[in-house]
Amino acid sequence: MASDLFCTDLVRRFGDHTAVDRVSLDVPAGTFFSILGPSGCGKTTLLRLLAGFDRPDSGEIQIRGARMNDVPPNKRPVNMVFQHLALFPTMSVGDNIGYGLRRKKVPAAERTRKIARVLEQVGLPGLEDRNPQQLSGGQRQRVALARCLVLEPTLLLLDEPLGALDLKLREQMKVELKHLQKAFGTTFVYITHDQSEAMVMSDQVAVMRQGRFDQVAAPETLYRDPATPFVAGFVGDNNRLSGDVISVDGDLARLRLQSGEEVTGRIAGEGIAAGRRADLFIRPESLVMNGAVPDGYSRMQATVTTTLFDGANSRIEAGVADQTIFARLPQDGSVSNLSPDSAIQLGWDPQRATVFAGERV
Amino acid sequence: MDSQPRTILTRTGALAAFLTAAVFSTSTLAEELRLITWGGYAPDDVVAQFEKETGIDVKITLSNNEDMISKLRATGGAGFDLAQPSQDRIIGVQRQFNIYQPIDLGKIDTDQIQPSMLKATEKSTSLNGKQYGVPAVWGTSGLIVNKDVADTVTDYTDLCDDAVAGKVSYRLKRPTLIGFAFALGEDPFAAYDDKDKYQSILAKVEDKLIDCKANVKTYWTGGDQLLALMRTGEVKAAMAWDAGGWKLHGENPDISFVAPKSGALGWIDTFALPRRSENVDAAYKWINFVMQPEIAAKITNQSGNFTASKGADEFVKADLRDAYRQSFDEKALNNIKWYPPVPPGLEAMEGQVLDRVQAAN
Amino acid sequence: MRSSASKLSLCLLMTPFVLWIVLLVLLPHLQMLRVSFHVRESWDTVTLGLEQYQNFFSESYYWRTFVRTGVMSLFTTFLTLVIAFPIAWYIARLARGRAKGFLFLACLIPFWASELVRTYGWMILLRESGLFSTWLQALGLADGPVEMLYNDAAVIIGLVYNGLLFMVVPLVTTLDGMDKNLVEAGYDLGGNHWTVLREIIVPWAMPGVVSGCIVVFMLTLGSYLTPILMGGKDSAWFTEQIFTQFITRFNWEQGAALGVLLLVLSSVIVWLGLRVTGQNLRKVMG
Repeated sequence: MASDLFCTDLVRRFGDHTAVDRVSLDVPAGTFFSILGPSGCGKTTLLRLLAGFDRPDSGEIQIRGARMNDVPPNKRPVNMVFQHLALFPTMSVGDNIGYGLRRKKVPAAERTRKIARVLEQVGLPGLEDRNPQQLSGGQRQRVALARCLVLEPTLLLLDEPLGALDLKLREQMKVELKHLQKAFGTTFVYITHDQSEAMVMSDQVAVMRQGRFDQVAAPETLYRDPATPFVAGFVGDNNRLSGDVISVDGDLARLRLQSGEEVTGRIAGEGIAAGRRADLFIRPESLVMNGAVPDGYSRMQATVTTTLFDGANSRIEAGVADQTIFARLPQDGSVSNLSPDSAIQLGWDPQRATVFAGERV
Repeated sequence: MDSQPRTILTRTGALAAFLTAAVFSTSTLAEELRLITWGGYAPDDVVAQFEKETGIDVKITLSNNEDMISKLRATGGAGFDLAQPSQDRIIGVQRQFNIYQPIDLGKIDTDQIQPSMLKATEKSTSLNGKQYGVPAVWGTSGLIVNKDVADTVTDYTDLCDDAVAGKVSYRLKRPTLIGFAFALGEDPFAAYDDKDKYQSILAKVEDKLIDCKANVKTYWTGGDQLLALMRTGEVKAAMAWDAGGWKLHGENPDISFVAPKSGALGWIDTFALPRRSENVDAAYKWINFVMQPEIAAKITNQSGNFTASKGADEFVKADLRDAYRQSFDEKALNNIKWYPPVPPGLEAMEGQVLDRVQAAN
Repeated sequence: MRSSASKLSLCLLMTPFVLWIVLLVLLPHLQMLRVSFHVRESWDTVTLGLEQYQNFFSESYYWRTFVRTGVMSLFTTFLTLVIAFPIAWYIARLARGRAKGFLFLACLIPFWASELVRTYGWMILLRESGLFSTWLQALGLADGPVEMLYNDAAVIIGLVYNGLLFMVVPLVTTLDGMDKNLVEAGYDLGGNHWTVLREIIVPWAMPGVVSGCIVVFMLTLGSYLTPILMGGKDSAWFTEQIFTQFITRFNWEQGAALGVLLLVLSSVIVWLGLRVTGQNLRKVMG
């Protein structure tokens, strides 16, 4: 597959601070690519480099093989959906969408046709004459998308456009964005700090931290096989247990926790050897409890602190020495009688747990 | 430590004194003289001396003929206790707006005033057998000329000579009309009561002024503006007041005030009592005070204009007296054209001429 | 109870404003309107009539000055807008922190001096023996003294200078509230500098543009000192006519009529301006 966006070693510094630090990326045509990271990780700066509002200090940006470094934003085959959408308040919906077409000197009749069609595609037929202020949040979102998609860009950049919506609408728009991307076949580069948005919509996700990519992979790989402790902690809920490595056996490592418990997990990072500090990550849903723990599972004793009921997401909070651990509470009635302070046995398949070298000494 | 209470005491004392003064000044409000006059006619030292000798507070408003009339007209002759209009601007205005009250010569020390001027003013300011003005200060309009062009400019109409093109300024006001009329060989004063004759004279003057317009750098509107124009040499010849010319002569001997061949235009500023004057006694006190030769000389030194006070000349500054003598020999003095009272309706005719001159290209 | 108390306090709060409007604005203008219909028959008899207004139309000097003043004021307003826009843009969008305050102050400083002083300042610069003329000669660009004062261009320079602050302030206020992403979106969707300015920035700034223009136009139309002092021998200004009628000719009736006409002219032009730009007064002044 040909790549629509190809960047090598992009660097952007602001004074002493390196906002984007040797980032390389390769986005295949027609895919949904997300950049996920906490605020301040440099993802917005990266997006602005791609859009052309900012210039990299070094490195190269190529779109469909053409070098873009010195191309101004209005000449790039790239459009952007802004965080607050930036719909032109002095223009109607139709004029907002037609703005870019007029810049391309599309004749009036064809323009009207294209506007009508794109509005239909985003599910807002016949709203050309409305003011953007008269629309709901979700409708404005679609207008902002339509305004870019009507220009048929090679690349569509989206800067956390769902951030301003309420939870329910956000869930709905996530799915819709994914569908629209498939329907238009345009390459999307989407930045967000919300891992759930990234996971749901993306073909590929890049996890960004302090100006660099920690891991670039499909959502499931990120989830199952995080490359760094940061990814393990940032993508999805995860429990972290710190301890000392006591033995290494093939791809498995055995750790002794502060409480004296011994647990096992799969080695995922470098530098794991007996006697070293290490962190074991195990997801709440990978934990099984009490009688349900099969043979061959790593197991440990904990004390229930409290039960958090949230439908399918219900969890228990338990303590192991001074560490806190969350476990998903099955709602099939298999586990009951978990009053606070009661003892509980937790177990997991060692292949489901990941072990990284400890960050702190 | 010690100074603190004393300061407070002093302050209290000052406050008490202030309050007492405030109370006193309210109770002695009647002893106030509100004078509306020309700049320079009431110098600070003269006012201070008067206040000291009589205990009367003098409040001065600076003005000119038109402004004085407008202010008194607006209030029906109230707001001021003493005014100083020119003698030719009293009867017409009085007849039309009734803003003055007759003056009682019995209360004025007429021995201090030059008899000829007293007589002239009596003639020109009497209406229905009552006299409304006594002479105070007199002066002339003529030409202020730089040495470079002194040979060219000896009369008003010489301002239109090609040799001084672009180096000339005068006002677009009635004295200019009168001066040009005399220079054109007419006698406008004699035609004051013959409207048709006056109109024909004005027509001649209008043609001349329109012709002359190309020569004019700008029509000056304020005394300071004219002085600046002459000082910088931007203007070499102008029609203006004698006092301004003498002032410039003091700064730069190359600039002199010249009595034009067809005669300088003489005016006399008077004392007149507004109809609703609230302190007539104080007004008479002021008149008798400033007409004392030594005081009158102070006014002359300040304003550059001579007063109607008898014997004031010997107290006037020597250089001012010299400049005066240089400008006026015996013949020039006898050739001064004194303004007779302006009959009503004349100003409207003149106004139209002035408008047309301004509008002409 | 409570509502009557709040009504009372509202009345008390409104009283000074109402008094001000009625006594100092409404009454004098009504009086002026009345005087403008007076015709003086002799010294002390007056009848009503339209003679003053007839004079205005029959005496070409009046209406020519009137039209001239209107046209020059419009041009001055336009020029002020063109000059003020980049300044306002810079202050609102590009300057940061202390520089912003400083620039705003720099616009304000000339207004600590009176109009007279400001005008004299320009006269010192522009006059034949003034600074600009001296510089031009020193640089060899002119052979002799150059007179830049006493013409219409000088008047317009003075008027633009007087109006600049009143244009910059409303523009800065509106431009300040503009999302910077709007401009970026304008470029992102293919616009160049000119189209972004025309299609996005100017429409956004329109309320500020119109309110600035109204204020500057009114100020210019009603200004007196600057046209008198800086204008040439042909540079008549309508306010000068009104002054002359009231003060030097003692012709209050004619002066009042001219004053009423000036008021009508400014109202009509402001109304037209609002109509043409599709703004309304509430939006522009709010």
